[in-house]
Amino acid sequence: MRHEITVRVNGVSETHTVADNQTLVSFLRDTLDLTGAKEGCNEGECGACVVLVDQKAVNSCLMLAVEADGHEVTTIEGLGRPDQLHPLQAALLHHSAVQCGYCTPGMILTAAALLHQNPSPTEADIRAALAGNLCRCTGYRQIIDAVIEASSHVRANATTEPRMPRRLQ
Amino acid sequence: MTDPRYVGVGFPRVDGLEKVTGAARYTADLKFPRMLHAAVVRSPHPHARVLDVRLEEALAVPGVRAAVAGRDFPYHTGIYLKDQTVFATDRVRFVGDPVAAVAAEIPEAAAEAASRVQVDYEPLPAIYDAEAGIAPGAPLVHPDLGKYEVVPWITPQGGTNVCNHLKVRKGDYEAALRACPHAFTWTYRVPQVQHVPMEPHCSVARFDPAGKVIVHTSAQSPFTVRHLLCACFKLSHGDVQVVVPAVGGGFGGKAGINLEPIAVALAMRAGGRPVRVMVDRAEEFYATVVRQGLTATLTTGVDRNGKVQAQKMHYLWNCGAYGGYGVNVVRAAGYTCGGAYEFPNVWGDSIGVYTNRPVGSAYRGFGMSEIHWALEQQMDRVAHEVGIDPIDFRLRNCLGPGKATVTGQVLGEHAGRPDKCIERVDAALKIRGQKRRRFTGKGIACAVKAPAMPNNASSSVVLKFAEDATLEVLVSGIDYGQGLMTVAAAFAAEALKLPPEKVRVRGKPDTDLSPYDWQTVASRQTWATGNAILRAAADVKRQLLAMAAEALGVPVAELELEMEEVVHRPSDRALPLTALVMGYQFPDGHTIGGPVAATASHVPEGLLYLDPETSQSPKPVAKWTFGAQGVEVTVDPDTGQLSVDRVVACYDVGHVVHPGLIRGQTYGGVVQGLGTAMMEELLLDEQTGRVRNAALMDYKIPTTEDLPAEVEAYYVETPQEDGPMGARGIGEHTLIPTAAAIANALFDACGIRITEMPITAEKVLRALQEQGKGPPR
Repeated sequence: MRHEITVRVNGVSETHTVADNQTLVSFLRDTLDLTGAKEGCNEGECGACVVLVDQKAVNSCLMLAVEADGHEVTTIEGLGRPDQLHPLQAALLHHSAVQCGYCTPGMILTAAALLHQNPSPTEADIRAALAGNLCRCTGYRQIIDAVIEASSHVRANATTEPRMPRRLQ
Repeated sequence: MTDPRYVGVGFPRVDGLEKVTGAARYTADLKFPRMLHAAVVRSPHPHARVLDVRLEEALAVPGVRAAVAGRDFPYHTGIYLKDQTVFATDRVRFVGDPVAAVAAEIPEAAAEAASRVQVDYEPLPAIYDAEAGIAPGAPLVHPDLGKYEVVPWITPQGGTNVCNHLKVRKGDYEAALRACPHAFTWTYRVPQVQHVPMEPHCSVARFDPAGKVIVHTSAQSPFTVRHLLCACFKLSHGDVQVVVPAVGGGFGGKAGINLEPIAVALAMRAGGRPVRVMVDRAEEFYATVVRQGLTATLTTGVDRNGKVQAQKMHYLWNCGAYGGYGVNVVRAAGYTCGGAYEFPNVWGDSIGVYTNRPVGSAYRGFGMSEIHWALEQQMDRVAHEVGIDPIDFRLRNCLGPGKATVTGQVLGEHAGRPDKCIERVDAALKIRGQKRRRFTGKGIACAVKAPAMPNNASSSVVLKFAEDATLEVLVSGIDYGQGLMTVAAAFAAEALKLPPEKVRVRGKPDTDLSPYDWQTVASRQTWATGNAILRAAADVKRQLLAMAAEALGVPVAELELEMEEVVHRPSDRALPLTALVMGYQFPDGHTIGGPVAATASHVPEGLLYLDPETSQSPKPVAKWTFGAQGVEVTVDPDTGQLSVDRVVACYDVGHVVHPGLIRGQTYGGVVQGLGTAMMEELLLDEQTGRVRNAALMDYKIPTTEDLPAEVEAYYVETPQEDGPMGARGIGEHTLIPTAAAIANALFDACGIRITEMPITAEKVLRALQEQGKGPPR
């Protein structure tokens, strides 16, 4: 069975016909070529495929594309621009909290959902919120520090991190 | 104007922006027109003869475009010991061994076709332990072992399951042991664990109509992949192109060659269409590669002054079904068998054994974490037995300038300083002589590692300019997270006094276009590529100054390279780099020089092979990085649950190149080490030979909730003589001592000794109950 769905992805309305068993991560990666959401396990254990659905963090490997019909999806590609990074993106760079980068999009979006819900999280809140996002490289310390720093920028309603160079690579 | 300083200062990693915006493309993100999807048929048996493989039914599945089996490509591969074929030919050796593969229009068709490949097996007895593998009359995993092609410094023993054996003989061990008033023997065990990179392995290959093979792959070593593919398929290096996009972690699991031969074999039958081979998470666990298991038995003889005089080390490695890469782990563990200590009389054996388990290979630390689990607990136990504080005992016995390793290499004054690392950790954690609360403990372990690689392993770089004087740095080391591209930018910016934003590191190598690099392994890139960059930068600078001297009509000696210009101080004239990098054009139109570029390389200096009988050599390896970690733990006596509350790490890295990145390496290594210490073990069902926990639901790795409350990192900077600005490698070392330090802290907390990794709550609780310290059973 195929269904026509309309999903608002990163602010753009996308109408496509999808199979009823197509996952949201496949819809984003294969249909829309938004490959920022990664496939790490396809069973909801690693968090690499996390995107925001109506501002909530969702493992997109566990959600069907048809379930996203009529909803708003934000992927890492829609979170910030190089010249106007989301405070989380800037803070991760500032804290050397990115290594291989494979977990980074899911990590940032999970943290974004947390800050949307709770702009003043404690370290324990952050650890609990990110516990479903596996990272094998960083040991998490710098990621947690980055989220703490970003939360202060979010509270101050800042959208950019002023210390960041405009263009890095 | 003060000199710019980019080494040691830190700036955002140069590949960071593409990673936080989702722009970075990994192999599985790449789309190629008309790409086919593969599925691999894997052995369900741990050990069996393959009698027949029939592909007809698979080829009849709609959408299937190619199917291949062992008989189609009976070629051997393996980096040091060529003991593996692309697909099993006559025999399968572990559950997961590739037998055949299919490529189809959609993944579902490929999976369906794979299930229709018919294979006739005749099961054979399987062995799972190295001890069983060396027992007389054990079934042979590789009956043809004696016929395989192998590098001269690996010693497989045909007619047995021993794929390598390195012997270390120094001094007179037996006599020294007899003279010791104290001698202790204990055994330690380490299970197989998996790397668990967040990006599973993925390779895409195409065989174009002109006969060229093009491979995109998640690999640590594009040139070694090309070299081994050429050897395997009998192709010219001129006809194989390997491209490595962004790589999502490797930890050794993407070293050497992995899925690439399967992808190439399918591509050769796919009519010019690209074929993607991607493992799922379960296959990543049981069918790619794993860290080898180890059984270590150590005997230590100590004199009356608390100095170890005699040390015997017997390392028995469970290499799994193939040893192509793992044989060199066996070797490295052999020539490093004494760890961070000076042992005057040594009897060491490091023996690799084939079994019918998943394939052992490189894993961050390359055998060092495993042997340190044994060595560092042994040192602790011996110290307690002879009544010396474990810190003092380590200081009394550790290596340092003027002291000799187990292979007889006398360390020079530029060697790293384990003593300083131990002292720094103790100063922060206060391990010595402190009273503890009940069920809390502190422990320490040292670490050492040298790059384990062929003596001629080399790296090269190209530096060239764009028209706007942006410097492009071409490297072929892979930045799979550790930060090589940023380190390369730091060295280039420093040497040529360019702001980092004017430096672009082209770090996603393409063997058609990029300079040669052996492999990104062995914590060698900062050192090797760093050296090559400094050399190439000196050449670039010489070219710029020579051109400017001619342009200005002044001697070279009066010129200086400053921020993006060449300055002649005596006349206060300057030429911007933009006027020089494409050649200098005089006002009348005539032009000198040309586009400025340079290449340079690095190869280790003066490395000498080990003596084949004793492994003695004055310089067997390029450098040693030493370090120590201390941990503080709390034990819950009711549950056996161990909590690591604080970790203090210190390493002698020669020179900190980037403070943020080196802390990232340290935290990351510590937490990965903590995972292996307390959570991780690849469990095998010995009835079926299958891995029982091949999923992230069952094989747990550390999460944010497992990170200790405090992790501190310190660095000693004793410059490495042949290091770029004194730097030496650190990437692997941060994982090496963590597990042993935790085991030693557990002993300190409650007097129990867990010698079989991992330290699970069940083991701790059982040991507490045996000592009458836990709840009643």
